[in-house]
Amino acid sequence: MFSKILVANRGEIALRVLRTCREMGIKSVAVYSDADETSIHRHYADEAVNIGPPLVRKSYLNADRILEEAKKMGVDAIHPGYGFLSENSAFSQACEDNNIKFIGPCAKAMDLSGEKITALKIAAENDVPLTPGSDGALADKEEAVKYAQKIGYPVILKASGGGGGRGMKIANNDQELIDNFSIARGEVMAAFNNPDIYVEKYLQAPRHVELQVLADEHGNCIHLGERECSVQRNYQKLIEEAPSPFLDPQLRKKMGDASIKLIKAVGYANAGTVEFLVDADKNFYFNEINARLQVEHPVTEMVYGLDLVKQQIKIAQGAKLEIEQNQVQPSGWAFECRINAEDPANNFMPMPGKFTELNMAGGIGVRTDTHIYQGYEIPPFYDSLIAKLLVWGETRVDAVRRMVRALNEFKIKGLPTTIPFHLNVMNDADFIEGNISTKYIDTHPQLLKFD
Amino acid sequence: MSENIYTIISPLSGTMYRRPSPDEPRFAEEGDEVKEGDVVCIVESMKVFNDIRAEYPGTIKKFLAENEDALMIHQPLVEVIKK
Repeated sequence: MFSKILVANRGEIALRVLRTCREMGIKSVAVYSDADETSIHRHYADEAVNIGPPLVRKSYLNADRILEEAKKMGVDAIHPGYGFLSENSAFSQACEDNNIKFIGPCAKAMDLSGEKITALKIAAENDVPLTPGSDGALADKEEAVKYAQKIGYPVILKASGGGGGRGMKIANNDQELIDNFSIARGEVMAAFNNPDIYVEKYLQAPRHVELQVLADEHGNCIHLGERECSVQRNYQKLIEEAPSPFLDPQLRKKMGDASIKLIKAVGYANAGTVEFLVDADKNFYFNEINARLQVEHPVTEMVYGLDLVKQQIKIAQGAKLEIEQNQVQPSGWAFECRINAEDPANNFMPMPGKFTELNMAGGIGVRTDTHIYQGYEIPPFYDSLIAKLLVWGETRVDAVRRMVRALNEFKIKGLPTTIPFHLNVMNDADFIEGNISTKYIDTHPQLLKFD
Repeated sequence: MSENIYTIISPLSGTMYRRPSPDEPRFAEEGDEVKEGDVVCIVESMKVFNDIRAEYPGTIKKFLAENEDALMIHQPLVEVIKK
């Protein structure tokens, strides 16, 4: 059993993990940068330690400093949250080398999952469906053109070393592919240590559906169904839901079985997510493994009635999964709206600063995961997520109505937020019908009209 | 003399960057000539990189903030001698 956990993160996810530590009777340590002196997560831990200047490289990404503090504080485990060090295999390894348990997958499983060409190869070996594409890394643009002509345009170039849209370039013909190949290679070289790029068939309007899995260190693995995260802008998710309005039990089982097979093949233990793209004919294609707790994990918690952070901690303590696949059933519907300090009327421009008035949403079926409070000043050094507004309803329609009610209750003044955008989505006929895809925002310009 | 100098201010709070990426040269040095619209530095705010440009042609007199400095909104960044 762990007696003390250090949470190597900030903001709402730090609170999320610290709360579960409290509930489990485990002592906790929060870390904070100079810019987070006034951040509330410090007060949700038993101890808090300053780890340096505002710049993430010097604080929240400073693995050596965090490990040093962890040793000084006598912690036996580190929870990385999401972002920052959560998918850094060198950090996972360094924790292990220092006899501190990393609450997440081991370095080897993280490397196999994180290097996309490797993950695709393992997926292919395990009969997990893939988007047609090049067989591994491309040597040059001539090879890219050869594959593109075989699979048919449009195609997309992707980086093996990472995601988030960087290095991703769509091409509709040979010339565009040749031009974009050089641009993509440049971006990839600048952003990642790994220069490898590959090409895939570009799906026009797929859905983004991801499977939540839990795997223990004894070879047991279950899935907790899917989340649909199709409402995105520039590959940044804005709204997530569980379950997906598009999946039926047969497809859920097929995708769940494929996810479990893949997770076992990479030797992964802890909570993880397997991302797929799903086309209009219900074909699904493996996209990537996210080797961490996801931002949107609470929608799964709400429909499956489980605390995923608690599951993570138990798995890291070496426990066997207490639940079997046939014991988990989704109940009702959950949505998450990401409330960002961004101006949706101005190209979602992030706006740090101080808000003058704050009134949170509450009441039946509403969960607000946030670190903001009245008088808090949002620092410019970190991302713009200020709250995750979640609702649960008996049906999808009930959940939409509850989200509209909660969004209207949630009052933030003095700074723009994404609340007006979410209200537009929740009142849009296609969204209410579940007719969404990753192109949903592009094809519904009225969502960006505000009174 | 002083009326020929103008100061570029930061439009928002964030982090100052003098280079487009860590292994590339700086956008501009003190003493460099700049044209209207030339990028002189970047201010990163909430993971968005905002180009900061010269408003008039001139010569850079002094950088008032350094690489990786934490910036307040409206903080002076660069003094430029107008042509």
